[in-house]
Amino acid sequence: MAIAFAGSRHRADVLVIGAGGAGLRAAIEAHAAGANVAVVCKSLLGKAHTVVAEGGIAAAVGSVDPRDDWRAHFRDTMAGGKYINNWKMALLHAQEAPGEVENLERWGALFDRTESGDVMQRLFGGHTYKRLVHVGDRTGLELIRTLQDELVARHIAVFMEYTVTMLVRQNGAIVGAVGYERETGSSFVWEAPAVIVATGGSGRIFSVTSNSWEGTADGQALAFRAGADLMDMEFIQFHPTGMIWPASVRGILVTESVRGEGGYLTNSLGERFMERYDPGRMELSTRDIVARAIYMEVQSGRGTSHGGAYLSIAHKPAAFIKEKLPSMYAQFRDFAHLDITKEPMEVFPTTHYIMGGIRVDAETAATNVPGLYAAGECAGGLHGANRLGGNSLSDLLVFGRRAGASAAEFARAKGYSGIDDAALASAERDMLFAFEANGENPFVVQEDLQTLMMDEVGIYRTEEKLSDAITKIHSLRERARNAHATGTRRYNPSWHTALDVVNMALIAETIARSALVRKESRGAHTRVDAPDLSDELQKVNVIARLVDGDVQVELVGRPALPEELRAIVYPQSEVHT
Amino acid sequence: MNNPPEKVVLRINRGEENDATGRWEQYTVPYSDGMVVLDAVLEVQARQAPDLAVRWNCKAAKCGSCSAEVCGKPRLMCKTLLEELDYLQPIVVSPLRTFRRIRDLVTDVAWNYRVNEMIAPFRARLDRKWKFFQRDVERAQEMRKCIECFLCQDVCHVLRYQTEDKPQFAGPRFFARTAALDFHPMDSVERTEFLTREGGIGLCNITKCCTDVCPEGINITDNAIIPEKERIVDAHADPLRAAFAAIFSRPKK
Repeated sequence: MAIAFAGSRHRADVLVIGAGGAGLRAAIEAHAAGANVAVVCKSLLGKAHTVVAEGGIAAAVGSVDPRDDWRAHFRDTMAGGKYINNWKMALLHAQEAPGEVENLERWGALFDRTESGDVMQRLFGGHTYKRLVHVGDRTGLELIRTLQDELVARHIAVFMEYTVTMLVRQNGAIVGAVGYERETGSSFVWEAPAVIVATGGSGRIFSVTSNSWEGTADGQALAFRAGADLMDMEFIQFHPTGMIWPASVRGILVTESVRGEGGYLTNSLGERFMERYDPGRMELSTRDIVARAIYMEVQSGRGTSHGGAYLSIAHKPAAFIKEKLPSMYAQFRDFAHLDITKEPMEVFPTTHYIMGGIRVDAETAATNVPGLYAAGECAGGLHGANRLGGNSLSDLLVFGRRAGASAAEFARAKGYSGIDDAALASAERDMLFAFEANGENPFVVQEDLQTLMMDEVGIYRTEEKLSDAITKIHSLRERARNAHATGTRRYNPSWHTALDVVNMALIAETIARSALVRKESRGAHTRVDAPDLSDELQKVNVIARLVDGDVQVELVGRPALPEELRAIVYPQSEVHT
Repeated sequence: MNNPPEKVVLRINRGEENDATGRWEQYTVPYSDGMVVLDAVLEVQARQAPDLAVRWNCKAAKCGSCSAEVCGKPRLMCKTLLEELDYLQPIVVSPLRTFRRIRDLVTDVAWNYRVNEMIAPFRARLDRKWKFFQRDVERAQEMRKCIECFLCQDVCHVLRYQTEDKPQFAGPRFFARTAALDFHPMDSVERTEFLTREGGIGLCNITKCCTDVCPEGINITDNAIIPEKERIVDAHADPLRAAFAAIFSRPKK
């Protein structure tokens, strides 16, 4: 006997999942292209994790250093990514980021200014020139508020605290999405010929993270289950400087701007230890190198009393610090009773960003599933093995715009094809599994997964640990499927967490399996049992696919860099593959 | 100085939809150094009451999601250290009082988003080159620091006692937002009509409660509300201007 779908029904030409920078930018562009657009998001509008971004938007505007141009930005991004980036994405990103900064200004963003009245830019690790357009250390807030305002000005509908649990695929193509409203717990369906996944990152899979509660890999899991490929999942960025003390703030980000504005790192012996790891770039080396350096210092017994490194900016005038790093000043004052204008901070790496993600076409942000698009942190390719600071905000603008434009065009051409009610009823049953199950508290399963991933799939990896982790993730996936939700459907975190942890465990497995087959150390992926770069593995990306519920990984050859771009990426005509 | 306690007691006001009174539930959680109220609430949620509804995102005082009343004061739970409170006594946590309860500590703040939609958006003036300096943007940047935690809306007595669900009074958050737009060096839009009519800025009697609770330290009263009130007075009630208007608008014979 068929049971009818009980939820609310909606339609949109383009459905955007996620209201961070990428989702909002995509919605604006799809709307500008004439599409009827709806945005659904897990939190309130303006609270997405983009809001926490501090340092800036990397864009070769050249207002501070006129030597900068897209070529230099392209070269830096490829070098930072250890050359396994999708070069076409890196190219478009470098070329289009300045235009996106200009768009934001036209929509009302107010960036810090230079003395000649242009946008101010600051230096960050791995960038050759002063490149990050910023507002003090709250650039993400400025970006999200500006996009939010533009959305409101365009009267684009936003459905807050709506969580998607399944993408509906019919005859090979995406035709909509099903989920639940947090407030009432009732289900909904959107019929949409084009769906853009812009759900952000997956940092919550690890116990120590700078990510907000939302970073539970939802979008990657939704797309993966709908048949989309994931790529480069082994590359997790551990940001070198997270707070470590007091325990309650462990993992909270200390912006790279501290180093960008002249801060330096020392160990318990007072040595500026970056001299041993990257004497040329010192503290402004790339994040993978600085994170490993701090880790090694602590491992070698030269850590601070709380097990980290000292980061000091106190040699700069107090007024300068309060102007350039106001929220860092407040963060340490409020949480650690520490005055950063006088004393050094204590820092240790924290899980910050996932370079890997949904595999997309550079120009259209289309996945391998017709009608499905992805942009921002949940997508992969641009950053290769390591992301440069500032390249995330520019990423979500450039590829958010491209996803919005191509989704609108696709939707117009395809039109509506209807959704099969039986599929909806089954999706609704699936979403309620935790009320029927009689297993554990989902928060306990989540915590066990986070601890496992930190311990065995963290900064330093070995074949032994990864294999062990995969076995354990399997049992965690089973425990997640049996987790039990207490209470009712109305705004119930135990139910929400039960659904989240299923996604997290699935994506955790793609991370561990991808890390296992990349037997080398490259960028953020460090294998103790394979410490060197491998020329062979530079030619491939690791692609993950879901085959009958099993995660499978495959090494797939990367498209070669065209000759004219090779000259830009390797200016000294070095020999590279 | 007292040693920190091993455990703290939380009294959380829980309740279902639209229940303004709620019920008090008491929980005991282990205390650790530097713990904030949100840590304690999430500890309760993870181990004792998995269906305890609470809104939070970044846990770094940057998103403004975890607003609640802690021991009677509107605070961000992620920014309130237990050691700042009298943590030998029960820590009392209840939802924002000005807004309708959805469940437990979660309230319906959608009204604020509707007010926001009434404010005319930024439109750049076209008669000037896009060049301006740090001193031109500082006033607007202060207002743009707002993280929309709505604590100022919660504490404002005009909003607390505004019974109808229509904006006779927009509240401090939206005076600050209007000011941020008005202070933009390239803005070309006039918003005094909104401020005086739908916004009801005249009802604000500058008690500065909003400024006191702002976790971003924005001086909402002195730097947004008062300058906007002065601008309105200049535009509508300036006696000199009125005299000029009377003279120059006199119909010709």
